[in-house]
Amino acid sequence: MILRLASALIGRWLFFGISIAMPEPSDAFRIGFAMNTDNLLSMTAIDKRFAGIPALSGASFAVGRGEVHALIGQNGAGKSTLIKVLTGYYKRDAGEVVFDGKPFEVSSPQQAQASGISTIYQEINLVPYRSITENICLGREARRCGLLDWKRMHQEAEALLQRFNVRADVRRPLMEFNTATQQMVAIARAIGFSAKLVIMDEPTSSLDEREVAVLFNVIRQLKQEGVSVVFVSHKLDELYEVCDRVTIMRDGRTVKTAAMNEIDKIGLVSAMLGRAIERAEGHATAFSDRDEKKIGKVLLSAENLAINQIVQDVSFNVRSGEIAGFAGLLGAGRTETARLVFGIDRPRAGTMIFNGQTFDPNKPSDAIAAGMGFCTEDRKSEGIVPDMSVAENMMLALMPKLSKSGVIDEKAQRDIVERFIRQLGIKCSGPDQKVRELSGGNQQKVLLGRWLAMNPRLLILDEPTRGIDVGAKAEIQALIKTLADQGLAVLMISSELEEVIEGADRVFVLREGISVAEFDRDEATEDAVMSAMAHGSAPTVAGAAP
Amino acid sequence: MTRPRLISLLGSYGVVLALLLLILFGWARYDYFVGLFNITSVLRYNSMFALVALGMCFVIMTGGIDLSVGSTAALGSVVAALASPQGAWIGLGAGVGAGLCVGLINAILVTRLKIMPFVATLAMMLAASGTALLLADNQSVSVSYESGFTSIGQDNFIGFPIPAWIAIMTYVVGWVVLNFTSTGRGVLAVGGNEDATRLMGLPADRIKFLVYLASGGLAGLAGVILASQFGAGQPIEGVGWELFAIAAVVVGGTLLTGGVGSVGATLAGVLLLGILFNVLNFENGKGWISLSAYWQSVIRGLFLLVVVILQAKLSSRGSVAVRDY
Repeated sequence: MILRLASALIGRWLFFGISIAMPEPSDAFRIGFAMNTDNLLSMTAIDKRFAGIPALSGASFAVGRGEVHALIGQNGAGKSTLIKVLTGYYKRDAGEVVFDGKPFEVSSPQQAQASGISTIYQEINLVPYRSITENICLGREARRCGLLDWKRMHQEAEALLQRFNVRADVRRPLMEFNTATQQMVAIARAIGFSAKLVIMDEPTSSLDEREVAVLFNVIRQLKQEGVSVVFVSHKLDELYEVCDRVTIMRDGRTVKTAAMNEIDKIGLVSAMLGRAIERAEGHATAFSDRDEKKIGKVLLSAENLAINQIVQDVSFNVRSGEIAGFAGLLGAGRTETARLVFGIDRPRAGTMIFNGQTFDPNKPSDAIAAGMGFCTEDRKSEGIVPDMSVAENMMLALMPKLSKSGVIDEKAQRDIVERFIRQLGIKCSGPDQKVRELSGGNQQKVLLGRWLAMNPRLLILDEPTRGIDVGAKAEIQALIKTLADQGLAVLMISSELEEVIEGADRVFVLREGISVAEFDRDEATEDAVMSAMAHGSAPTVAGAAP
Repeated sequence: MTRPRLISLLGSYGVVLALLLLILFGWARYDYFVGLFNITSVLRYNSMFALVALGMCFVIMTGGIDLSVGSTAALGSVVAALASPQGAWIGLGAGVGAGLCVGLINAILVTRLKIMPFVATLAMMLAASGTALLLADNQSVSVSYESGFTSIGQDNFIGFPIPAWIAIMTYVVGWVVLNFTSTGRGVLAVGGNEDATRLMGLPADRIKFLVYLASGGLAGLAGVILASQFGAGQPIEGVGWELFAIAAVVVGGTLLTGGVGSVGATLAGVLLLGILFNVLNFENGKGWISLSAYWQSVIRGLFLLVVVILQAKLSSRGSVAVRDY
């Protein structure tokens, strides 16, 4: 039932997409192809290392004149590094860049801007308190007799916005306008700099459908005016709407460049993930076969959760002693769903039942009190407190419980910390070592310890092995398995396909904020999961939740 | 005019409204409140604070703070007094120059060495104060009466105190710079979102450099007026001036986080605080109650809180005011 609803929604979305893409397909086609021979930008064999670790190795990227070129890849694939090398934010270690027929050497975004490359960043980088005019004209103000000519600047700003059919009082502060208008202001600013190449880094991530349609019209208009666009997005459908070609990145390399009409979504996803559609044999992770008999009753079930366009309709459930996995591309709404479960954000719609009772957490402490733990994706900024000791970090969540009368029981604390250091195999000089000094894997274990000390019934793990070296990764995976064997319910989010497929007893696939498929362990093959990630439906469709 | 805009207008001009109410109150209650003598002496005295607050206003609009203005003024007054025998203009130049030196060091600390403004200017507050005491040998330095230096602080021009003229001129310049030069708009942009400003290609560091330099110079100028008005360089004056300046700026609706601010409202803030002080003195003069300096401090603090809370309430219901041109 859920599946049918989901696919109906997607169908509508696709239809919507096609209907606005229709007007000028032949035009787009012609321009797209004519341009391939005459590149505006070509980056060849770019290398970039950070502290010896390669972020880009031999990446090559070319954009034609008047072409809309998609740049896609998983998190950490090197898209942003590539863009930052281009805009002079980073200095490349090797390789060459040719822009507009000349070798291109810039050392700052300002210089890139002056040469005709403008970037619109994902988080709108403008000054909210200042007026639209100021945001557009800052840095190149109109002057009369040496003083600012406000009248002319207002007129220029209005004229620029009108090109995109945006009518707004340019005298009002930017913060009074909605995200779409702010985005248009950012674009107007970029184009006002007589840009030849506009880079848009996930421009649609905070827009609704109607606003996206307006943005796409702007992109088509730019294209007609001969401006090239680099379009970074995780929403595959969008690429087919506006882009001529796509370049896919993985592990710091550009693995594939293709015309959009020559590659299907499965092709995109498998190039991004670096998996052939045929399943590789053998185990790639430390999740050895699990004993499914130990799986108990449903502990948490969520129906039709929604918050905004990022989470639109997500349903899933987790049983005691089970590892449930969330698969999906970046921006599919996995982390956002986890945040709803843990009470960090409040859902706009949907219901949750935890342990047989309606569950509606207002804040994380409600979820913690109910018996949940949440290891966040961003260990550094949301998880550990780097300058605190191992013991202090581990005790943070438990503190309110241990100190009933406001006094912390030192002895009880020591015992718990030492037990977890032993159990989890945390390599540290002792409970008093600063967490900052530990390796990524051991930091993650400290976080696991923090939640395990609470004796939770459900643990949410968001990218539990990201940024952790191979050996430690296997250790963490084995640990998760052991915990589940002991009866803990685990909700695991991972961008590594093999981790989800081999680790999870059931896999829920999220796509653009909707839970589109559910697979049991036997059904969860790589091609089935990838196909669901790409299309929203799968060749082998699992039944509704038990 | 729609309702939210009206409210936002009230929010930004709340300080002017409060100022007018206070003046009306004083006019109705005290005989000599609106008299030439009282008006000129209030303006003469508060012009020093106005100068310091103008510099502070620019620093705060970039999201920074300058705690050193009080001791910079003290240093300026001592240096000006020491140089005053050489001539009035030399005394003036020396005092402003001393302030610019402190401002320059602040600017270097903040923009080049990336030291937090609070810490950098706190250090300079101590250093400038110590330098002033050293130069003055721990006592007031008498100015030269022969050179005409005292005219700067004590004489009138077209019936108006010269310090007030100086303050008015600097405020006009400040207003033009803020509203009609790209540096001025850059000041607000840096305070509103420094990263964005850098990505937009604006010289964020140069803008910050300039505001600290200006703040130092203005504090030095205030020091010159101090020395000239009281006939002596005052190494121990200036204590708490930075707080008075911050209070005036905040009352004027400038956000401490930067990005929003107004030169005119800052002047209104200075006058509001100065006239409140004046009103309390008049109240004492009436002899009904005798408020000690301590009580006056308490009352000023409470008044400040009331104005700020009112302003926050008003502007949170409307929107942040941006000047329309």
